[in-house]
Amino acid sequence: MTSTAMPARSRPARALTRRHHRRGWAFVAPFAAVFALTFVAPLVYAFGLSLFRDQAFFGGTVFVGLGNYTQALGDPKFWEAFGRVLLFLAVQVPIMLLLALVAAFAIDSARLHAAGFFRMVIFLPYAVPGVVAVLMWGFIYGDHFGLAADLNHLLGRDAVEPLSVNWILTSIGNIVTWEFVGYNMLIFYSALKVVPPDQIEAAAIDGAGALRTIVSVKLPAIRGAIVVATIFSIIGSFQLFNEPNILRTLAPNVITTYFTPNMYAYNLSFGGQQYNYSATVAIVMGVITAVIAYAVQLRGQRKER
Amino acid sequence: MAPPRRHRVVAALAAALLSTAALAACGSPGSDPGSAKATGTQDAVDAALQAGGTITYWTWTPSAKAQVEAFEKEYPKVKVNLVNAGTGNDQYTKLQNAVKAGSGGPDVAQIEYQALPQFALTGALADLNQYGFGAFQKDYTASTWSSVNVGNGLYGLPQDSGPMALFYNKADFDKYGIAVPKTWDEYVDAAKKLHAADPTKFITSDTGDAGFTTSMIWQAGGHPFGTDGRNVKINLNDPGAQKWTKVWDQLVQGKLLSTVKGWSDDWYRALGDGTIATLVTGAWMPGVFKSSVTAGSGKWAVAPMPTYDGQPVSAENGGSAQSVLKQSQHPELAAAFVRWLNHGNGVKPFIASGGFPSTTADLNSPSFLDAADPYFGGQKVNQVLTAASGAVAKGWSYLPYQLYANSIYVDTVGKSYLNGTAIGDGLKAWQSALVDYGNQQGFTASAG
Repeated sequence: MTSTAMPARSRPARALTRRHHRRGWAFVAPFAAVFALTFVAPLVYAFGLSLFRDQAFFGGTVFVGLGNYTQALGDPKFWEAFGRVLLFLAVQVPIMLLLALVAAFAIDSARLHAAGFFRMVIFLPYAVPGVVAVLMWGFIYGDHFGLAADLNHLLGRDAVEPLSVNWILTSIGNIVTWEFVGYNMLIFYSALKVVPPDQIEAAAIDGAGALRTIVSVKLPAIRGAIVVATIFSIIGSFQLFNEPNILRTLAPNVITTYFTPNMYAYNLSFGGQQYNYSATVAIVMGVITAVIAYAVQLRGQRKER
Repeated sequence: MAPPRRHRVVAALAAALLSTAALAACGSPGSDPGSAKATGTQDAVDAALQAGGTITYWTWTPSAKAQVEAFEKEYPKVKVNLVNAGTGNDQYTKLQNAVKAGSGGPDVAQIEYQALPQFALTGALADLNQYGFGAFQKDYTASTWSSVNVGNGLYGLPQDSGPMALFYNKADFDKYGIAVPKTWDEYVDAAKKLHAADPTKFITSDTGDAGFTTSMIWQAGGHPFGTDGRNVKINLNDPGAQKWTKVWDQLVQGKLLSTVKGWSDDWYRALGDGTIATLVTGAWMPGVFKSSVTAGSGKWAVAPMPTYDGQPVSAENGGSAQSVLKQSQHPELAAAFVRWLNHGNGVKPFIASGGFPSTTADLNSPSFLDAADPYFGGQKVNQVLTAASGAVAKGWSYLPYQLYANSIYVDTVGKSYLNGTAIGDGLKAWQSALVDYGNQQGFTASAG
């Protein structure tokens, strides 16, 4: 995180601070109103939902307290979905961030011809709407009509099956990496841009080579950006939905209704009218995500000091 | 932050929570549908039609535009807002949300037969018996009429029907000297023969489809779903289901089925170029052939659905009714529109645009039966299809939560298709998931 040091507070300003407080609220009010309406209220509503069980046909709504939570914590479908995104996170996020870092360093190195062009091209996939990107990759993956089919035809056997059970997660990871390398590269690149040139000069005078400069100067300098990118990626992985949900039509039996936690919540609610349980799954997942993201942030900050 | 303020925040949160709880508590749908058989007369409906007004109609049938235009021409005082709110499940999701919210739904909606019990039982639909529509029973095929009656209520009028038949690529069959199968055993033999003659060709494509599965069990004489009030019985291992899986396991495990997904671009192409040689599907298929499989023109023909013992028997696959929503502000006018659509002058434009009706008079009219269809090489296909509609096995009913059932089909039976294991195992997993769900939703569901 780019933590700018707080200016030390001067002592004789008690009354002033209070007045500041009030004025501060006035500035925050527009944001706070929207925040309350679009963030806090739905959360509270979802939490309220999660304490009940509405029977879609007979019996009406009953208060079940934390019953839905105990059910969710013991739900093998939920944990299967969670395990899947965790695996996805563990493999895809490091690969994506590493690629983004390499790209950012290469563009920042000033040794690359047409750096602006590469920056643009690497970033471009992020500008493609997610749904369109998945549809496009779907056409490449398609084992009846896509590139995969052509390759198999060429090889004379079913060698490439991106939509099979064993490969589907990798295929989704490939799409997500393609989509977000550019975005993360831009975060890293802008952080690199503000590394003080005198530090780099000093390193050069001390005889550090390009690699040494990266490891000892640039990487520590952009640690904050790396932590931010990691947190974004963790959240993104846990919320995986678009890619599998769209590929479902191409790989119907491979991608189940509980392939990821978000898909599970979606299908519970819109396929099964289990709104209460769906809200519970969403909240449990939200809490897990928040805890992990917070842990990563704490760890990132600790190293910073 | 000072302690008192925190208390206030907590109090506000608690208040908000309580109010949402109260909201959630009062949102239970009407729980006692169709307890009394209400029969009325059509007078109110006729009066509403004369008075005029505006109604909204959700549908995805391609015939709707011509029908609405004809209706508005006949009744200029009535305005119909035609909305395509998505096909099948997409529309049901929106409809379900509108029902849950208590407003925002249409006055009239297209609802497939398999989805109708779900909407009827949740109190979303108006009982048309109150307008005297029960008198129309004699005008519809038995299977479609029983599909729109749930409990004692009449929750829509049937539009199209989908008695199943065997659509086969005659060019393929002739080329490889394969006889049109009359029994399922012959069908399996034909599958083997075709695939052996040309490994790129398959007898049909099936990657697991809930609607197809239930229709096949229906044809085999199975009655896996039984509902009596709150009691639901599910037996997806009954003799009918076993008969079907015995045949279909041979095709799935023998890798004799194409894995092209139904309704995909590739599927249409495969139907056109002969890689998929047959389709066992509903009588609405000719319309799809003509609009989306132009390359197959002149190659395809229609035969009765293969059976287990050679005796003609069929099942319904797909088909929809039009229903009046209970939340409609103009229920009489909505009912009048439904009556015109499916029991009046709306049927003609429906047939003209390729629809397969469910009214017996239209099904048996000479002009319908004797129409030679150039797409099918001049064959009088309606003779085969109308015969199929008379041969539909009796006594079938869908689950009152069939939509949910279909949505989790991929998680259970889909796995059998994926792994090439016995379909019966997948059906058992499906059954147990459905029993659990039924009990969670207030039914007394049990296996067997």
